[in-house]
Amino acid sequence: MIRMSWFNTVSLTLGFAFLYIPMLILILFSFNESKLVTVWAGFSTKWYKELFQNEAFLSAAWVTLKVAVLSSTFATVLGTMAALVLVRAGRFWGRTLFSGMIYAPLVMPEVITGLSLLLLFIGIGLDRGVLTIVLAHTTFAMCYVSVVVSSRLVSFDRSLEEAALDLGCTPLDAFRLVTLPIIAPAVISGWLLAFTLSLDDLVIASFTSGPAATTLPIKIFSAVRLGVSPEINALSTLMIAIVAVGVISASLVTKRQVLRRQRDVQAAQ
Amino acid sequence: MRRFLLILIPYAWLLALFLVPFAIVFKMALSDIAVARPPYFPQFDWAEGIWVFLAELDFENFVWLTEDDLYWKAYLSSLKIAAISTLLALLVGYPMAYGMARAPEQWRPTLMMLVILPFWTSFLIRVYAWMGILSNEGFLNQFLLWTGVISAPLTILNTNWAVYIGIVYTYLPFMILPIYAALERMDGALIEAAEDLGCSRLSAFWLVTFPLSRPGVIAGSFLVFIPVLGEFVIPSLLGGSDTLMIGKVLWEEFFSNRDWPVASAVAVVLLLLLIVPIVLFQRNQQKQQEADR
Repeated sequence: MIRMSWFNTVSLTLGFAFLYIPMLILILFSFNESKLVTVWAGFSTKWYKELFQNEAFLSAAWVTLKVAVLSSTFATVLGTMAALVLVRAGRFWGRTLFSGMIYAPLVMPEVITGLSLLLLFIGIGLDRGVLTIVLAHTTFAMCYVSVVVSSRLVSFDRSLEEAALDLGCTPLDAFRLVTLPIIAPAVISGWLLAFTLSLDDLVIASFTSGPAATTLPIKIFSAVRLGVSPEINALSTLMIAIVAVGVISASLVTKRQVLRRQRDVQAAQ
Repeated sequence: MRRFLLILIPYAWLLALFLVPFAIVFKMALSDIAVARPPYFPQFDWAEGIWVFLAELDFENFVWLTEDDLYWKAYLSSLKIAAISTLLALLVGYPMAYGMARAPEQWRPTLMMLVILPFWTSFLIRVYAWMGILSNEGFLNQFLLWTGVISAPLTILNTNWAVYIGIVYTYLPFMILPIYAALERMDGALIEAAEDLGCSRLSAFWLVTFPLSRPGVIAGSFLVFIPVLGEFVIPSLLGGSDTLMIGKVLWEEFFSNRDWPVASAVAVVLLLLLIVPIVLFQRNQQKQQEADR
């Protein structure tokens, strides 16, 4: 019954070509000798060398990394708490408002989020810099984390936690020793999502950063507005490579875990 | 006590960094631009009291939005661009989702990963990749000239066409995944039954497969349409000076004209514009959840 028809083969081939050829061209031309990005003039890695000597890009990369690590960590803690509230806390005053505030940032245009946070920071007299970007990224990323974690929490069997409590665990220990290990995959993917959202964000960072703290996307955007350059191609290639290695190794790890669990289940039977 | 803290911390965070900023945008939309630092009027003054402050607020900015052609044209053009690119994404995404759902089962996780992988790579980079392809001396024109389809380079970059291509490219995973989820759940026996009962393959598709995948199509369309309405990066990098989108207008109003009150009013109207599709989307999702139960 299952047999690839020519129509499906063609649509998948064309579709994946559409998704991947632009990036392959980008990568290929980061190794181009010529300054012209559309004419091939021989293999060279000189744009990578130039990239690593570019102080502005390096410091922007450092700021971006700092912001991403801090904001995704805060967002994971706050988002996991929010997920626990959404799934576990039952009824409390202002629950509708709470869940509204969790879901609204997911559909909010970035320009509005950025503008509103900037007006807040100016209103309370907070100087714009790394701190303000971290606050902004934490706020919108925690909503994504809480959606990811709460979808895992819904299917979590509460009797496991109750058993731990009956056996003398304090509630905090029960959470740390029983609940957290079980929801850990969701928490980790929440952190990864928050991290990439922060690395990627141009619009909110542009509103909330000051002249002292420029992130990589802001730097790339202002360079790209002037046109295509091989140095940006080199930078993009590095970023694509990092993401590809990360995603592929994460999927291999989860695949192995699934296999191991299947083996354990079989061994138990 | 512990439960109270658990609720309080994220609640307080969201109130302070989501709801309060929002209230400030509303207030700013009712203020006037001023040559000062910060560039708006009135400033809140404890000595004068809240009533004097409230009396200074007015709806002038919203009147201004209706008077100047630029704004309502930008709203309409955002709606048009979002609608056309959603349709294009559906035309590209549906066959892909269909092909994935009909692929041998052991391939499906890999195909899924291939769809999701671009989604993890930087949005900005994916948009940038098209700048080199669509420009006058870019790869697409070189290729078309080489094959002899055209005799002079086409101008695509900095037109609405480039914006459509960019949007379809970057938002395609959002369209494919819900449709794939709907198609994969479908029972293949239904198609066989339809064919046994005398349907041609095409009419079996139209009468059985497509209606069953409709929730996925609707979800995917909203997932593309809603974020595209407020899009800024794609129109500003791939679009031309005549590409009007409301996100770009807001950005320019704020950063170039430094007119914070008008930028805030634009934001408020954009939000109102978004409420209708968001409510429709939520109703569709709820209906779907109830149907699954």
